[in-house]
Amino acid sequence: MGGLEVFEVSYAYGSRVALQNVSFKVPPATFCALLGPNGAGKSTLFNLLTRLFSAPSGRIEIAGYDIEINPRIALSQLGVVFQKPTLDLDLTVRQNLKYFAALHGLSGAKADKRIDLCLDRLDMLERSGEKARKLNGGHRRRAEIARALLPEPKVLLLDEPTVGLDAAARRGITDYVHDLAKQGTTVLWATHLTDEIRPEDHIVLLHQARVCATGTAMSFSGELALQDRFLQMTKASSS
Amino acid sequence: MNPFVTSFQAIVYREALRFIQQRERFVAALVRPLLWLLVFAAGFRAALGLSIIPPYQTYITYEVYIVPGLCGMVMLFNGMQSSLSLVYDREMGSMKLLLTSPLPRWWLLFCKLMGATAISVAQVYAFLAITAAFGIVVPPLGYLLVLPALVVAGLMLGSLGLLLSGFVRQLENFAGIMNFVIFPMFFLSSALYPLWKMAESSEILHTICAVNPFTHAVELIRFALYGQLNVAALGWTLLATFAFMAIAIYSYNPNRTGIARRG
Repeated sequence: MGGLEVFEVSYAYGSRVALQNVSFKVPPATFCALLGPNGAGKSTLFNLLTRLFSAPSGRIEIAGYDIEINPRIALSQLGVVFQKPTLDLDLTVRQNLKYFAALHGLSGAKADKRIDLCLDRLDMLERSGEKARKLNGGHRRRAEIARALLPEPKVLLLDEPTVGLDAAARRGITDYVHDLAKQGTTVLWATHLTDEIRPEDHIVLLHQARVCATGTAMSFSGELALQDRFLQMTKASSS
Repeated sequence: MNPFVTSFQAIVYREALRFIQQRERFVAALVRPLLWLLVFAAGFRAALGLSIIPPYQTYITYEVYIVPGLCGMVMLFNGMQSSLSLVYDREMGSMKLLLTSPLPRWWLLFCKLMGATAISVAQVYAFLAITAAFGIVVPPLGYLLVLPALVVAGLMLGSLGLLLSGFVRQLENFAGIMNFVIFPMFFLSSALYPLWKMAESSEILHTICAVNPFTHAVELIRFALYGQLNVAALGWTLLATFAFMAIAIYSYNPNRTGIARRG
């Protein structure tokens, strides 16, 4: 019951359709890449999955909980790393995490223990007293991932989390999140960078507001390199 | 600890921390009303005669009259400042963090509002301390009795700020809101002149002043400073608070796609 299910979800900004009958499932403990070119509807889908928007039709289940029927329980199962950094730059890393922990009802010694654990896992413990403003992009992202993991989410959503990072930082974060999936967390990783996806990962290809393909990266790419297959699919349906 | 209490403490603490880090904001919040008190009031003292009106028991100087209005001014500007912070938070993305918390959205917004109100009240007390240093004092008990009035007024103006933040699309549009909300609200109120003075010059303006919720917030503060409860002012201020808060919470509803899009 730790997976993610999106069923027949549609969304429009006025007359512009952003998502049309989008359906897919991410089984528990799976790394699933939500692949799509810019403007495919990935960020809209993230806003629906985090209930920043409410879907007028369809159903979203986070770890078995319908986000409209049980929003509080559903959101408590969720960890999110947004595309835009959301750290308060004037607070220290620990203060940022404490604030977030409190928003999830964690406080006192329990919160401190959990913060230490999450920061340690991401090699950020020694930087916990530094102001977020002083951190480089990679470390800020690590802090955000540590923050997202504080409430021990069953489902982790990451919206293009490696944008703007150097190759080493990208590799480090991608590897770490793959490990999280192996340890039992369901991961939905939005990206348009195919080198972040491993052959055994699941894929949901979103293009022009619709799901164009689902399955493992291996089965999706077939004989071609994943990048070539992705371009072939998105160009073919664009023309 | 209860997650509602934990989140309340965290949000209020963060608002306070943010305010402490913005020293210029604190200075501006105090300098603005002090300029009015020490410069504007000095010029107006001779021009404006005041009769004895409740809650005052005797003739008062103009400086004494405008202190409650300037307390309201501090709160009005602070309400708009917190609204500006909300729009900034939304543009920077940190609002998303707040709104994806598994707590009811109305509660999260209410915590934000309480944080803004706490800062507002602290600023008013700092202002009252400075006015006391200049010899403009109210009865000692007034400083205590005004606290609930300040909380109600702060909540009303904070709710207005919250409401505006739900409808203002971008940070750049905020200057217009300042001009179209702060100045009319302040000048069309009893902050600078009693309503009967306004009635002498224009009945229409007097009517507008009388329905302006800011007038009632100022009168609530004025009476409380002199140990009296203005029931009508309290009623109007509470009514405006609930109305603004309800619209503000609605404006942040995820079903309201226009707002959610900017979330």
